[in-house]
Amino acid sequence: MTNSIHDMGGMHGFGPVTPEPDEPVFHADWEGRVYAVQRAMGATGLWTIDGGRASLENLPPLAYLAASYYKRWFLGLERRVVAYGLVGEDEIAAGRALRPGIRLNRKLTADDAKTISFAHFDRPATGPARFKAGDRVRTKNIHPATHTRLPRYARGKLGTVEAVRGCHVFPDTAAVGAGESPQWLYAVVFTGRELWGEEADPSIKVSIEAFEPYLAPA
Amino acid sequence: MQLRVRALETILTEKGYVDPAALDQIVENVETKIGPHIGARVVARAWVDPDFKRRLLEDASAAVNSLAGFDPVAAHLIAVENTPQTHNVVVCTLCSCYPWSVLGLPPVWYKSAPYRSRTVIDPKGVLAEFGVTLPATTDVRIWDSTAETRFLVVPMRPAGTEGWSEEALAALVTRDSMVGTGLPKPPEDESEAAR
Repeated sequence: MTNSIHDMGGMHGFGPVTPEPDEPVFHADWEGRVYAVQRAMGATGLWTIDGGRASLENLPPLAYLAASYYKRWFLGLERRVVAYGLVGEDEIAAGRALRPGIRLNRKLTADDAKTISFAHFDRPATGPARFKAGDRVRTKNIHPATHTRLPRYARGKLGTVEAVRGCHVFPDTAAVGAGESPQWLYAVVFTGRELWGEEADPSIKVSIEAFEPYLAPA
Repeated sequence: MQLRVRALETILTEKGYVDPAALDQIVENVETKIGPHIGARVVARAWVDPDFKRRLLEDASAAVNSLAGFDPVAAHLIAVENTPQTHNVVVCTLCSCYPWSVLGLPPVWYKSAPYRSRTVIDPKGVLAEFGVTLPATTDVRIWDSTAETRFLVVPMRPAGTEGWSEEALAALVTRDSMVGTGLPKPPEDESEAAR
């Protein structure tokens, strides 16, 4: 779902930001375990990072808002292992395995985990970039029912391409199992007034990282 | 939550999907190996070494990965420089994308609804909640992390730190100053601490 509660940019009513002095990395042991299980299951290659994000966005809005960050990860992960047929609902209810697991292509070992690495999402270009730095573009007014990374506040807005980032995995297709379909990625900058109207502070600019299918020439 | 999480971990372990020793290692990595000390080292190097700074602003992943002994390996990292004209602030309105490779895991406030909702529409109000007031002549630039590109703010080097060592400078670079919600510590803080 795209027009879901996760798309928060520009919303009012959530109150002030409350920084916590000397914040620990995790506030409870289970948070660290959720983080680690998520990383380890991600390494099996069964789903993409975009599929993982989509499963969080599909949480009911009230559950999404009520859950802390790692609880949200946990709820998304629990849904995903069931949806992928890795774990049965009966096993979740029982709190233990009732059947042997299915065979996975990859299982992360303690040795693998010693190397801290971050995935690459750039891919060889399949064609020339349509835009270059300095081009005026208008973001499309799209509302797909599936995952997208074009936030609502930046749809149908006039902006300027500031940088060409290369060709990257396209979240909109990767999230729904429709392939990486690499697309050119751009930094597109908007004035505060374009996004928020004439009353907006003129000293503000906001940029998003926009995939080519989100953009039309202007 | 402790029980529910333990149950899921048990199921996944019993079914052979995860190795508890690997999970221990992953937790250790984020608790002890990665964190804002890495970003602080990168910023301090940029302050003292103009050639490194140029390379950092050109291709931050390559520049960061060129630092000796650097682990993890950053990908798609972009460094944005604060100047008297422009102050940069990083946010992820759609989830909580954050430059893990140089700052570690994000703090709770970065992942919170107030920060994610308001930073793009009222950045100066958000900065005020962090105790940051910018000069009236400084513009604010928000970077919404909507793809896999990740942003590291290079704050301005504090005045009065001429001749300081890279290590002493790194101690002034706070996590928040590399997200854009803070400024580096003033030099008097550190010299007092050293007394």
